[in-house]
Amino acid sequence: MSLAQTNIPHRNLLGKTWRIIFLASTIVGIIVLTLLLVNILNQSYGYVAVEFKVDPASLAVNGISFEQLSSDELIRILGNNLTPNRYRTLDKAQPIAERSTEDLLNLVYQEVVEPSVVNTWLLWDSLFNTAQIQAEQAENYPTAYLFLKPWINLNFITSPQSSDALSAGIRTAILGSLWIITITFLFAFPTGVGAAVYLEEYASDNKLNRFIQTNINNLAGVPSIIYGMLGLTVFVRALAPITSGSMFGITDPTNANGRTILSAGLTLALLILPVIIINAQEAIRAVPNSLRDASYGLGATKWQTTWHHVLPNSLSGILTGTILSISRAFGETAPLVVIGASTYITFDPDNIFSKFTTLPIQIYQWSVRPQAEFGNLAAAAIIALLLLLITINAIAILFRNRYSRRIS
Amino acid sequence: MNESEAAAYRLKSSDTTPLPNLDLQKKMRFSENVIQGFLFFCGALSILTTIGIIYVLLREAIPFFLQPQVTLVEFFTGTVWQPQINKFGILPLLNATIMSTAIAMMVALPLGLCVAIYLSEYATPRARNSIKPILEILAGIPTVVYGFFALTFMTPILRSIFGIDTVQIYNAASAGIVMGILILPLIASMTEDALFAVPRSLREAAYGLGATRLEVAVRIVVPAAISGIAAAVILGISRAIGETMIVAIAMGAGPNLSFNPFEGAETITGHIVRISGGDLSYDSIDYNSLFALALVLFVITFILNIISRRIVRKFREVYE
Repeated sequence: MSLAQTNIPHRNLLGKTWRIIFLASTIVGIIVLTLLLVNILNQSYGYVAVEFKVDPASLAVNGISFEQLSSDELIRILGNNLTPNRYRTLDKAQPIAERSTEDLLNLVYQEVVEPSVVNTWLLWDSLFNTAQIQAEQAENYPTAYLFLKPWINLNFITSPQSSDALSAGIRTAILGSLWIITITFLFAFPTGVGAAVYLEEYASDNKLNRFIQTNINNLAGVPSIIYGMLGLTVFVRALAPITSGSMFGITDPTNANGRTILSAGLTLALLILPVIIINAQEAIRAVPNSLRDASYGLGATKWQTTWHHVLPNSLSGILTGTILSISRAFGETAPLVVIGASTYITFDPDNIFSKFTTLPIQIYQWSVRPQAEFGNLAAAAIIALLLLLITINAIAILFRNRYSRRIS
Repeated sequence: MNESEAAAYRLKSSDTTPLPNLDLQKKMRFSENVIQGFLFFCGALSILTTIGIIYVLLREAIPFFLQPQVTLVEFFTGTVWQPQINKFGILPLLNATIMSTAIAMMVALPLGLCVAIYLSEYATPRARNSIKPILEILAGIPTVVYGFFALTFMTPILRSIFGIDTVQIYNAASAGIVMGILILPLIASMTEDALFAVPRSLREAAYGLGATRLEVAVRIVVPAAISGIAAAVILGISRAIGETMIVAIAMGAGPNLSFNPFEGAETITGHIVRISGGDLSYDSIDYNSLFALALVLFVITFILNIISRRIVRKFREVYE
């Protein structure tokens, strides 16, 4: 009997054990992804205990709840319940008699009813421990009103930011993100593709071009927060007259500063530029040389060859790479915090010189708040963010399928 | 009579217009040059970015080191970072960065290696095609989401295992573990590329000698790809050091020189993002200190990236 034969069972056992370990490690990734999603869903829906300063039921007139009252009756409620001072302040901001019914309803809700969250529960408990939650509520917050609240809902997406957790929304954040991403795309796409075309089609193999290539690879590994410091110094401070818009007379120079959508978009553009270039280079490299040779053979110039043959044939790859980089920029938080995203914005950004907040920044600010209800808001905002990212990536896949069909 | 003259003659006989002078030399085309100039500018923009980063960091960091309260020695050896009392010692921040990175690598390295071995040596093409997209999704989730996950999921789990008294709400362990999960896809995919590049002949030779699949994977393929794996690990470390949002959310706010992973601490990146997120007046010593920290961060990650790239290049030369 040789040594090899005696230890074969042992070796096989070892092989089997490790095979299971390898497989288990692989499954860990899947488990974590599931846990992450479940954890977020768990916090985005559940029971909420809310206390009111004035019970909404007591505001009902003749058995009609205040939500269905007419404007006149709402104004009467406001007059009865608000201090004269507060009423005058609101009237000054916008005459109360001229406000819409919807506006008045909001006013009654915010100023008279004044709801405040006293506790929130997770989805899991809300579904399976309802009795316990009700007992807890009856014992600890007897005056509170308990109801199931989906934290992510239409209202959440369409209302602006607010310090009140029940009416806070992410509309300004989503708009800010979309504005910034547009700037980033408009700047990074042409320059990124241009650089890739230069390196692949034009650059001769000399020291300078090799240095550019190495440099791009190195830039791709620089931490994003460093780009934030670069953006802060260059776009926010040094180029403030341009990025604040005061040079063009669009914003009031006395309170304008460089912490605008334009600065943020340009910072993110610099951040994803190396990734776009590297992806575009790969796509361009995949175009067969025979196409170029055929074009040159017919007398086309270098640029004609590039524009009419190389670029159309690599477009799907370039676009896929670009959109993936854009989705990375979409989730980027740290550099925007560094260049000074505004923390509290309740108005929609309407041009590139507006102050901004973005969805990831909103999530960051809500997650560091200690109150539980802001955790729920953060979870709801994360769902919105992930849905937007999925949409962006779906567009990338669509582009790829569409254009690659046309070429082949 | 050569050919072109003959052609000209033939043309002349039927057509009376004079033949234009045929010039077959390369023409200077103005628009082509403009385009090439623009394309070169796009490429050179990356150099400008690098110069910009280095210039900005140095310009703001040098005034910091020139302040009378700050000395270079104290900056690198001081154990207290408290700008309010003019104490600028980087060690608490650096220690937290190293600790969170080490925890992250303890999670990401074994898992990433196992995943890569499974994908490259064991998995059927079908399994590989369904597992790789999942890893890509993990890599594509924004880091702020991971931060939220660390704070609301990993921390409560750690607290229920080790006790609420031992584990603080903000702690390095939770942030480090989640950071490991973030880096896992990077290490797994780079390692898999390295394993995949090992020539098939090496595997066949080992099988021919009677080795089991495990022995082939661990004794032949992994050692042959070790430089690629090293490059992946170094890149993973660089990524962990530069990671910001997870540590900003889950690891705590406030520099703390502690080796206890269950205590809160603040990393270099976490400190930069917290201070610059607040009200900070330009050109104050606090403001400049952030650039000094960023400079340290930049130098560390830059060196790590270059080492990683060097290793990859060397490794490619071996097998091509």
